[in-house]
Amino acid sequence: MALLEVTGLTKNFGGLAANQDITLSVEDGTIVGLIGPNGAGKTTLFNTIAGLYAPDAGRVVFAGADITGWPPERVCRAGIGRTFQITKSFRQMTVLENVMVGAFLHTFSPRQARQAALAAIEKTGLLSRKDMLAGNLTVADRKRLEVARALATRPRMLMLDEAMAGLNPKERQEAVELILFLAREGTTILLVEHVMEVVMPISHRLVVLDYGKQIAEGKPEAIARDERVIKAYLGERYRAPG
Amino acid sequence: MADTTLTEGAAGAPARKPFPLAGVAVPLLALALLAYPFVFRLPFQHNLMILVFLYASLGQAWNILGGYAGQSSLGHAAFFGVGAYASSLLLVKFGIVPWVGMLAGGLVAVALSLLIGYPSFRLKGHYFVIATIVLAEIIYILFTNWPFAGGAEGLFLPLLPEGVVNFEFHSSKIPYYYIIFAILAVVTTVVFFVERSKLGFYFRAIREDPDAARSLGIDITRYKLIAMALSAFFTGVCGTFYAQFVLFIEPNNSLNFMLSVLIMLIPVFGGSGTLWGPILGAFILIPLSEFTRVYLSGAGRAIDLTLYGLLIMLVAIFEPRGLWAVVTRFRSRETLKWRFWKSQV
Amino acid sequence: MLDGTIIAQTLLSGVLIGFIYALVAVGLTLIYGVMDIVNFAHGEFLMLSMYVVFWLYALAGLDPMVSLPISVAVMFVVGVVTHKLVVRPVLRAPMSAQIFVTFGLMVFMRNGAQFLWSPNYRLIQTPLVAGRLELFGLFVGKPQLVAALGALITTGLVFWFLKRTETGRTLQAVAEDQDAAALMGINPDRTFMLAWGIGAACVGVAGALLANYYYIFPTVGNTFVLMAFVAVALGGFGSVPGALLAGVIIGVVEVLTGLFISPAFKNITAYVLYMVVVLVRPRGLLGEW
Repeated sequence: MALLEVTGLTKNFGGLAANQDITLSVEDGTIVGLIGPNGAGKTTLFNTIAGLYAPDAGRVVFAGADITGWPPERVCRAGIGRTFQITKSFRQMTVLENVMVGAFLHTFSPRQARQAALAAIEKTGLLSRKDMLAGNLTVADRKRLEVARALATRPRMLMLDEAMAGLNPKERQEAVELILFLAREGTTILLVEHVMEVVMPISHRLVVLDYGKQIAEGKPEAIARDERVIKAYLGERYRAPG
Repeated sequence: MADTTLTEGAAGAPARKPFPLAGVAVPLLALALLAYPFVFRLPFQHNLMILVFLYASLGQAWNILGGYAGQSSLGHAAFFGVGAYASSLLLVKFGIVPWVGMLAGGLVAVALSLLIGYPSFRLKGHYFVIATIVLAEIIYILFTNWPFAGGAEGLFLPLLPEGVVNFEFHSSKIPYYYIIFAILAVVTTVVFFVERSKLGFYFRAIREDPDAARSLGIDITRYKLIAMALSAFFTGVCGTFYAQFVLFIEPNNSLNFMLSVLIMLIPVFGGSGTLWGPILGAFILIPLSEFTRVYLSGAGRAIDLTLYGLLIMLVAIFEPRGLWAVVTRFRSRETLKWRFWKSQV
Repeated sequence: MLDGTIIAQTLLSGVLIGFIYALVAVGLTLIYGVMDIVNFAHGEFLMLSMYVVFWLYALAGLDPMVSLPISVAVMFVVGVVTHKLVVRPVLRAPMSAQIFVTFGLMVFMRNGAQFLWSPNYRLIQTPLVAGRLELFGLFVGKPQLVAALGALITTGLVFWFLKRTETGRTLQAVAEDQDAAALMGINPDRTFMLAWGIGAACVGVAGALLANYYYIFPTVGNTFVLMAFVAVALGGFGSVPGALLAGVIIGVVEVLTGLFISPAFKNITAYVLYMVVVLVRPRGLLGEW
């Protein structure tokens, strides 16, 4: 059985189906990319899994537990960590303090939280900036901080919402390396990305959404040749200039 | 050894704590305050400091909820009032000593806070602030119309032989001075430990970004309620102290809206979400208000409150993080100088 | 004992006071709708306008109905100045600063009035509009009737202004999407100023109308503004028709509580109404913006 099983998930916003009958699974220890053009419903699906929205139909099963409709804090405690597309740092707290908040999930001791936080900070390469206020970080560092903070909760699966958006090519490369490193360490990763090229090379499997529906699922090579996917993306390119 | 524990416990904070305030300045200040009543012997000098400590304690209690957890309550007079009324009613109607009443007052305030907090914590920003005002107004109206509690006329507390057990002192105010000093010390110590603990981290995370806090596994309603309960408990305890100090309570002196304003103003002015902010705020604002009241106006002419209004505006515009932020900036600049000097040697 | 006449009489007075709540709420909701800031000093604006009218009466012998335009003009300026001096500096500041700044203004104005003019209750003794008349067997105070009609007309004017004039539409555009409005060449700051000016001018009207029959004292704004908060929440933050409807509902609920339960508790039902509304239907009855 896969680590995450989503079956028949549907979410409507005022009569508009943002997600329609979506079924996907994420195997333990893999990297799965969730892609699709703008407005395809990726973020809605992401937030529904993370507990921000309750689905109108369907089930979300994580590590054997039915977590459908659980609030975000319970989803986190079930073992799913997440980041936000528009970063949500605790701005008036230092990097270390930010990550300690995550680490406190498993301990009452500030000392242990501090150690766990430092480990997560080191993994994400923020050690030199651990005492900076989060509000003063660059966008790229704030994205790292999101990852470090989520890591500190010791998730079995990490969901990254547009982790690459707004990064320059060098920062993107660093982010990719970080993701691969985390995957090697055994963290399952669900990536939401708008840009297909970034996800292709690192994902074991891809799920493609368009207009709230799942239009393809499979290995990256197969997806790259899938006609519906190409159409969806080409379609977007035609739309893009407008 | 004790020192290492302290720095370790302060996890994360040390970067912004340039020199050991806790090690030197605080014990000195505490000693000075302990000696104060014997250096300044006039009743009004004792009175003034009792008020400073009372409002510092109230500000510190508000600080837990409003400063650390970021939920700006403008209804704290309700907790103060029920604390005052609980102990007073127990004393007047059932002859129960105020010390028990104080505990009861704190607990009644906690119960009320949970009752208020549960619905209002679902609200954000202005909705929450208005809800706290409205709920406190409801309490005010209820007490004004509750004959058992003396209604609008209030309750006079019986004059009992003075002594610690009866919590009444007539010949000198000095015992009140030490009692409220102890209350301030306790609530400040609690905040000191909360700040460094899981609770404090969670409170601040909720203040900074509730959605992010939830994504990290924090049940934000639960932690807001904890903050509210802690805050209400100490506010209620202060209410009992006040009732025993003035021996008369009425809705207008213990449930008044302006009291809520003052309880909020003190930490905001001094620096909300900081350990020393509320104390700093009380040490500046209360003497200021007492002196302006004495020198600038007669009874009922609210010059002190007018000044408060002006100060709230000025602080909000020029230093939203309060005066303590100015102090912190000053201190870190000092450290820079010191580092520079050290590097030259 | 509770015959139909008494209930009808009570309902009528509820509706009449409700229009005043509505007018106060309209100013509040306008400022909130356009810039997401709650003006805690709104009740004090009302108080100030009542004192303006009172002093014009006491010192210059002007009747409230004559000084109404003056009150409106003064309050418009007060609103604009408040925006410039007090609100604009905190627009980019944290939420708490935005809450505290108008809150500070409230404390300042309320106690400043007490300092300058004492806490005494004052009344305009012989206004032009006085006495009462009989309508279908019910008695109505003329000042109350005039105030209610004036409030209704002013609310209508504000609504017309927002929906039918070019400037009014810019206000709405800014309320909907500030950035988009800025791209369309609308100056948000000018719009904010206008919102504050008009919001305050609304209570300028309300104050003058109330001064005909209501006591004037430094904390007079308190009751009205708390009711207006309830009305704004009930009607839907930012909605003018919502504020009107909610104002009337609150006025009626208030007098009915007074009649059936006890006058002492008449505010409580309105407060409870607020809690229920914000918890159950946070958008309010007619929330639109």
